[in-house]
Amino acid sequence: MSTIRIFVSRDASALSVGADDVAHAIQAEAAPRGIEIELVRTGTRGMLWLEPLVEVQTPRGRIAFGPVALEDVTALFDADFLHGGAHPLNLGPTDEIPYFARQQRLTFARCGVIDPISLDDYLAHGGYRGLDRALLMEPGSIVMCVTESGLRGRGGAAFPAGIKWKTVLGMQSEQKYVVCNADEGDSGTFSDRMIMEGDPFVLIEGMTIAGIATGATQGYIYLRCEYPHAHRALAAAIAAARAAGYLGRGIRGTDVDFDLEVRLGAGAYICGEETSLLESLEGRRGQVRFKPPLPAISGLWGKPTVINNVITLASVPVILEKGADHYKDFGMGRSRGTLPIQLTGNIRHGGLVELAFGVTLRELLYEWGGGSLSGRPIRAVQVGGPLGAYMPESQFDTPLDYEAFAAIGAMVGHGGIVVFDDTVDMAAQARYAMEFCAVESCGKCTPCRIGSTRGVEVIDRLVGGADAQTHESVLRDLCETMTHGSLCALGGLTPYPVLSALNHFPGDFRR
Amino acid sequence: MKQARRQQGVIPIRPVPGANLPAGQRDAVLAAVGSHRDRPGNLLPILHAVQDALGFVPSDAIALIAFELNLTRAEVHGVVSFYHWYRGEKPGRHVMHLCRAEACQSVGAAALEAHVKQSLGIEFHGTTPDGAVTLEPVYCLGNCALGPNLLIDGDKLCARVTPARFDQLVGDMRA
Repeated sequence: MSTIRIFVSRDASALSVGADDVAHAIQAEAAPRGIEIELVRTGTRGMLWLEPLVEVQTPRGRIAFGPVALEDVTALFDADFLHGGAHPLNLGPTDEIPYFARQQRLTFARCGVIDPISLDDYLAHGGYRGLDRALLMEPGSIVMCVTESGLRGRGGAAFPAGIKWKTVLGMQSEQKYVVCNADEGDSGTFSDRMIMEGDPFVLIEGMTIAGIATGATQGYIYLRCEYPHAHRALAAAIAAARAAGYLGRGIRGTDVDFDLEVRLGAGAYICGEETSLLESLEGRRGQVRFKPPLPAISGLWGKPTVINNVITLASVPVILEKGADHYKDFGMGRSRGTLPIQLTGNIRHGGLVELAFGVTLRELLYEWGGGSLSGRPIRAVQVGGPLGAYMPESQFDTPLDYEAFAAIGAMVGHGGIVVFDDTVDMAAQARYAMEFCAVESCGKCTPCRIGSTRGVEVIDRLVGGADAQTHESVLRDLCETMTHGSLCALGGLTPYPVLSALNHFPGDFRR
Repeated sequence: MKQARRQQGVIPIRPVPGANLPAGQRDAVLAAVGSHRDRPGNLLPILHAVQDALGFVPSDAIALIAFELNLTRAEVHGVVSFYHWYRGEKPGRHVMHLCRAEACQSVGAAALEAHVKQSLGIEFHGTTPDGAVTLEPVYCLGNCALGPNLLIDGDKLCARVTPARFDQLVGDMRA
């Protein structure tokens, strides 16, 4: 009998619900039955409610089983799951599961499919084709390609990546840097983590291309320390890439140098702000810098620096490989390409859905998400992390598009959607937004440092009931000060969740 | 010249940096400095290495690190105190980071937090009297589709944590 290939994710999400135990049990069960298996540990497909997901390679393609509990393993063997046998957990071919089949996976094409730290697997699945093309191009043409693709910063600010790169390319400097912002601190987001654990080479490739395009020879990945699994995956992938000549001096026999290092953050949300991140990389408190100068002109150690989010950089290889037009053909308006959307919180089918811009919240929440986990009505969703607006049911038909969201005082941000059912107290959520800002403020500017604490107090008084009208006007006034007077997005956007809660759910503030 | 004066037994104005550190801790700090000294932006990697080795960054280590890196003590203290991850006190045998962020809130993190504090009898940043568990808040562990989440000893991620599951996890830790 030939060896049967079985795939079990080693993504942190899968591990958090017992994937390791299931993997070990499969091995332990196969041996005494005399069945030869090859167990491949992959990233996750992103269907997180089905984790631990076990896939078996069959002539019909990979057949999925999930969610597999430890106690299911024996029954699965008895049902001959290794040949796609019938079992209540049999989900059919993975590629045909509607949640997965209806996605448009460009950036995450390999995630969940390959062994993430195997360079051979990466190459066999189209990896490094973007770099191969980039090595034959002039830096200016690479930048042009990224500009024409319409790729905008996926970290949240949605600034066109090509323009940033062009600025760095145009700077004369003996040293330039590429910095990857992997300080994914927004609640409701995990796409950065998922790609770093599930396909770390694609990020390395994207950063290498960014280096070639801008003349930078050193890259840093600033990774939050809450992501130990991603740290290990990146370290292994970087070592493998270096050993095979994809990083270091003279990449692939050319005269191009580029090397890469991972640096760990230390639990400060503000370090996701680019200038604060640079301060932290330089070994200081993560306090926001004044802009200008932009990091593209004077960034890390005062040198021209490309600083992009993980997903932005990880989207570059496919753009170079398939061309700007291919990428640009996805999306709507000025939001081109795809966005990895993360369905989280109180949702039945939570996970990652990569789709072209333009899909509506309602489609995501009900067609993909399957409604709330609790089975109760969905009352509000927060899109774009802790600084994103709370959106009521009446706004669920808004298409996911940077401009459409901005037009109603909301933001797409990093594509995280947190779902709340009707038990949510929106005044408590507004208070939490201020509290979070107070905890995470870097302290440099007054509206954020002091305003957030005063915000908590005034919400408490408002909810307390006496003289509510006065307190509400004080709160609105404070939010205006924070919006216009803060140095960065933390203080500047905290009013989004606060005011959206107040405007859409005023009843929760009057008890 | 300086060397000569020292040899003549002049009492140094400044006490030896890190003199108050127990020898084991002093060695760990010097090892951390030694392995990262030459990297640009070395302070965070050094502090991580110290905390990985000792479980915390002792306050007496600050002067030693500052001396070794030619920084002021204020600069090092400023960095240690800025970042939530660094801890100034020796933790319990296990450290639990409990997520407080919105996605976990939407599936009962606030109720779980109340249960955790009540059953351990401590607040955030506290350590149980038996020294078993230190409790820390964390704002997102990146597992937001499967909350509520907690992270044990900086490495083991646990999802869908109910009060009962939490009790079981703590029971395992104390066993």
